[in-house]
Amino acid sequence: MSVADRNRLALLFRWVLLLLLLALAGGLAYALLSLPDQAPGLSERVTANMERSGVRNPVTAVLLNFRGYDTLLEMGVLLVALLGVWSLGTAAQQRRVVPEPVLSFLVGGLVPVMILMAGYLLWTGAHAPGGAFQAGSVLAASGILLLLSGKRLPAWLPGRSLRFVLVLGLGVFVAVGVTLMSASGLFLQYPSSLAGGLILFVEAAATLSIGVTLSALFLGGRPDQGE
Amino acid sequence: MNSSLLYALAGVGLFTLGLYALIVHTHLLRKILAINVMGSGVFLVLVALGGRIPGTPPDPVPHAMVITGIVVAVSATALALALMLRLRAETGQERLPEEPSGY
Amino acid sequence: MVLQWLFDGVLVLTLLWLAWRALRSPDLFTAIVLFIAFGLVMALAWVRLQAPDVALAEAAIGAGLTGALLLAALARLNVLADSTNDDQTAGTENE
Repeated sequence: MSVADRNRLALLFRWVLLLLLLALAGGLAYALLSLPDQAPGLSERVTANMERSGVRNPVTAVLLNFRGYDTLLEMGVLLVALLGVWSLGTAAQQRRVVPEPVLSFLVGGLVPVMILMAGYLLWTGAHAPGGAFQAGSVLAASGILLLLSGKRLPAWLPGRSLRFVLVLGLGVFVAVGVTLMSASGLFLQYPSSLAGGLILFVEAAATLSIGVTLSALFLGGRPDQGE
Repeated sequence: MNSSLLYALAGVGLFTLGLYALIVHTHLLRKILAINVMGSGVFLVLVALGGRIPGTPPDPVPHAMVITGIVVAVSATALALALMLRLRAETGQERLPEEPSGY
Repeated sequence: MVLQWLFDGVLVLTLLWLAWRALRSPDLFTAIVLFIAFGLVMALAWVRLQAPDVALAEAAIGAGLTGALLLAALARLNVLADSTNDDQTAGTENE
């Protein structure tokens, strides 16, 4: 097949692809436009049960109480992703950068503020926008900032203590769920009097794990041990 | 018509755009970007449909699902990037072997 | 009312345009920076859809962390690459 033929074929392929994708987009748009105006949805059931959820932010109520399973499994997904990254190799050797004074001053000032902000987001998630994931990602951002500014991991960190923090969120979640199961017979069925405190407890552990897991994902590999 | 529907249609547009880029590009980093754009489109459709009935507060269930989805997307992206770097270390290539027709 | 529609329209078009530019840009670094901008505009869209929780998550994770991950991966690709083959050519050339 000559080069011209191949180019013509590629062009044909491109046009067929464009037509197919346009058909797909058209079909999806038609499906969206033909949805009924009134749909029951789940918001009424959420509103009706907010009293018993232990928090006042409906999104947090859904995430940690009504659909706690999703969040539990999501913590599992995060952990599995990190295990996948770790099994692919060790982290690239960090370059020994000497941070410029402005950078190290900024990092020194920013990181404590970010940790404070993570705590605020975690606390405020019970009644306003915020919660474990937002707090965890702010924590992860501060971790990445530290890594970028040339702070090296302390030698004791990559060992047991790091692994402990990584599984803490999932572990606390499962432990709370199983304890509640032995009390009430249902996995993750919070009694409404204790729900607020238990949710905050689970969220605090999850925040810590999410923050450390995301920072560890940024390293791109298993940190060297015994360095 | 509610402006939510506009966002839902934009979500469809983003999904299609991402799918096109996913098929056409051979560079794996571009494919990862494309998958992320597709995901954003799906999230946009989900949340927009949860808030399309005017006069009522938006449905919190899709919001919670999308927050979960965003975190899953970032962990999947991290894993995909690690796989790409490993592939590059093993084969010296960071793109798929087929002869690309464009770039 | 008209102003709101105008704002929504401009926001949606910006989103699509940024996504298109991010996916088509010949330079990988530009593509990633455009993708981060796309994530930030997505956060605005979430606010318009009355989903502030999602907006916070998107701004911190979708734009911030994903962007950092992508840039770190790009830097590692370039370190691995021969000095003759920087990302400028890797993006546009057929090998």
